[in-house]
Amino acid sequence: MLKWPLRLEKRAVPSGSLRLTAPLLAVLAMVITGFVVFSLLGQAPLQALKLFFITPLTTVYGLGELLLKATPLVLCALGLALGFRANVWNIGAEGQLTLGALCSGGVALFWAPALGNLALPLALVAGTAGGMAWAAIPAWLRTRFNTSEILVSLMLVYIAQLWLVMMLHGSWRDPDGFNFPQSRAFADGLLLPLLWEGQRANWAVWFTLVLALMSWLFSSQLFAGYRMLVSGEAPAAAAYAGFSERWTIWLALLISGGCAGLAGACEVLGPIGRLQTTISPGYGFAAIIVAFVGRLHPVGIVLAGLLMSLLYLGGENVQLELQLPSAMTGLFQGTLLFYLLAADLFINFRLPLASTPKVRP
Amino acid sequence: MTADRPERLRLTSICKRYGELKANDQIDLAVGAGEIHAVLGENGAGKSTLMKIIYGVTQPDSGTLFWEGQPVEIQSPAIARQLGIGMVFQHFALFQTLTVAQNIALALEADIDDTELARRITEVSQRYGLPVDPQRLVHTMSVGERQRVEIVRCLLQSPKLLIMDEPTSVLTPMAVQTLFVTLRRLASEGVSILYISHKLDEIRSLCDSATVLRGGRVVTHTLPRNESNDSLARLMVGSAPAPCVLELQDTGAKQLEVNDYCLASPEAFGVDLQDINLTVRSGEIVGIAGVSGNGQKELAAALSGETVGPHRGWLRIAGQTADHQGPTRRRALGMAFVPEERLGRGAVPNLSLADNALLTGSAMGLATKGVRRPRRMAAYAREIIQRFKVRCGGEQSIAQSLSGGNLQKFIVGREIGLQPKLLLVSQPTWGVDVSAAQLIRNALIELRNSGAAILVISEELDELFMICDRIAVITKGRLSPAYPRAQLSTESIGLLMSGSEGEQHA
Repeated sequence: MLKWPLRLEKRAVPSGSLRLTAPLLAVLAMVITGFVVFSLLGQAPLQALKLFFITPLTTVYGLGELLLKATPLVLCALGLALGFRANVWNIGAEGQLTLGALCSGGVALFWAPALGNLALPLALVAGTAGGMAWAAIPAWLRTRFNTSEILVSLMLVYIAQLWLVMMLHGSWRDPDGFNFPQSRAFADGLLLPLLWEGQRANWAVWFTLVLALMSWLFSSQLFAGYRMLVSGEAPAAAAYAGFSERWTIWLALLISGGCAGLAGACEVLGPIGRLQTTISPGYGFAAIIVAFVGRLHPVGIVLAGLLMSLLYLGGENVQLELQLPSAMTGLFQGTLLFYLLAADLFINFRLPLASTPKVRP
Repeated sequence: MTADRPERLRLTSICKRYGELKANDQIDLAVGAGEIHAVLGENGAGKSTLMKIIYGVTQPDSGTLFWEGQPVEIQSPAIARQLGIGMVFQHFALFQTLTVAQNIALALEADIDDTELARRITEVSQRYGLPVDPQRLVHTMSVGERQRVEIVRCLLQSPKLLIMDEPTSVLTPMAVQTLFVTLRRLASEGVSILYISHKLDEIRSLCDSATVLRGGRVVTHTLPRNESNDSLARLMVGSAPAPCVLELQDTGAKQLEVNDYCLASPEAFGVDLQDINLTVRSGEIVGIAGVSGNGQKELAAALSGETVGPHRGWLRIAGQTADHQGPTRRRALGMAFVPEERLGRGAVPNLSLADNALLTGSAMGLATKGVRRPRRMAAYAREIIQRFKVRCGGEQSIAQSLSGGNLQKFIVGREIGLQPKLLLVSQPTWGVDVSAAQLIRNALIELRNSGAAILVISEELDELFMICDRIAVITKGRLSPAYPRAQLSTESIGLLMSGSEGEQHA
């Protein structure tokens, strides 16, 4: 009988070391793929890889950009990871981010003079609340009608984006903006302070680090974090212990929605400085990859966020320098996730290299 | 091995390792034509691995199989079936929404047209006293009837060797006798039968010969008719377990009262609970017997609070109405619960034992003001491990690295450690080896003696007779009154199991 020579064998115990090294293997495989792809595109592969991965880090401005783009990725991913661990699949961080931008932008545009010094913090709060409210919709539908939060949160992304576009084509449009679909620029005092001069990263980095710490405390120290962990690991055990599934769903979606909303607020109150039709180049979706590459752990997520941010910067760089399409960024992101999922298989399975022993005839 | 029969299957020096564990170590075994051969051993003794090797599900690392004198490699169940080996699994693989004939057609490799198949099913089922209607939908059938379908399915392939894995765990005592008649009939026609079980009475009455396994090795080949239950148990375990002692004692307050309780099953082919009446008092163990799939799961989930739905009737825990309360509130009233599934329900597979202690232990101070107390969790887990002799690498061991029996000891220990007024235990010793089972039973009796009320749901009649003051029988979601143990026998319980089936259709 013909037999496929490779056979996966389940490991008796999941490999702990692979759980940590799988992301590194995935990164390595991604770089190798990049090498091949650049060669096929007729570029000198080493030089292109250097342009992609090294050059962005060689200037202070570049480092600032790295932090700037990593911030919303990490913010979204921290919230998402909390939900993923609890088996709540919020795929719509992009939409919650957009709503966060819309709400904080609204506060900044219309109530800033009345609020004075409180305008910036309240705009941030409004953004967070907006993201939460948007995530509350899939939470309510899931707990009330058992709909899939995956589909609902995903579809709400497009509604949020169209809502923003509608406002910018309508009453929120800058009257002096030559009919461009964008709002008036926010007042200077309304923007987040920069980390240092000569680059664009701002205080959002501090928020992110504080939230990473809080996320770690929540999941490793609090009973609430334990309940969410159990709900994700073993739903039947959570039911047996009496941990409420509704509570887990609500908490996971509100936290992840809030984080994404804050990310959106920090974008418009930071580098963008106004509302425009595109707030994010897909941070909310890329954050899903960040969460998984970071092993759903805050420290891992911060590192993965920096890596993913580098992919954005590298993509822009090769676009400018080598005239390669901007799809390069998506290509690298996609291959990274692909290899990670492939490498993850070997946490629970192994490929016996020796030929399978046979019964002696 | 009797010499007058031609040899059908012989295994020599079969070895199979899983990582560090030697599941099968130098196993020799021979079965003659028409022989009913028992494979006897505790859980984890290597029975299942050996059967999987014979049926081609897994391959041995070394050793040889001879089929009718010829060396063979059985690389897949399909090859096993071609050789003439059939297997009836403990857990059936039938599609609930299909008919008997459709299910059987799916398993047959050859294409047979429907009328011919129905005719052959009827023929085989009549010949062996296995009444089965080919047109019936599987979900309307009892578990015993489904087992018949499985057996008929095997018989249609005219096997020369039939492997039966714990076949009687799903049968009433009377159905067991019917099954034995069928098996003897098959044997008389020359079919060899490998009969896996840990029920010693059955093996002694049915089997011609037996191979006893312990820790992956053959302890001995023996003739079960020449052995007693005690001597077989000693072979299996290595030493005879100390028996349980249950002294009569006065009972106290009603800790659990269930009155005319009706609850529809949330699952499509689940069993609805109908007019359940039950009282459990302090200081007694009440057992619920029944053939698998008669509403035990549903009853356990209804009492634990995992299923709280629209219902009729009421239930009280420690005198308080608890119909609408979930597991947390019921625990606060003094109830603890050991579920039948250990991994994934009683314990979280990927978490450590210390973390699993917190699963039901938050009220004991393992979490205060919403913050986990890792030291207390570890201390509580260590206490359980010591008291219940849980074999593991310490309180930081991951739950799924423990054997089923050890994990069960941990879960039982955790729930008993909560000092419950009412303990609900579902299948306390399922898949647990004899010594661990005995430890668990004695712990339950000790808890009863200290004044707790205990309800045990079990499919093992022997076990219920060992540890229960009163026993009730559940059949198709209806519960009989609980009778004192002394008034009951295996036969009378058998009658209760099947007797109320008649009322059901009235």
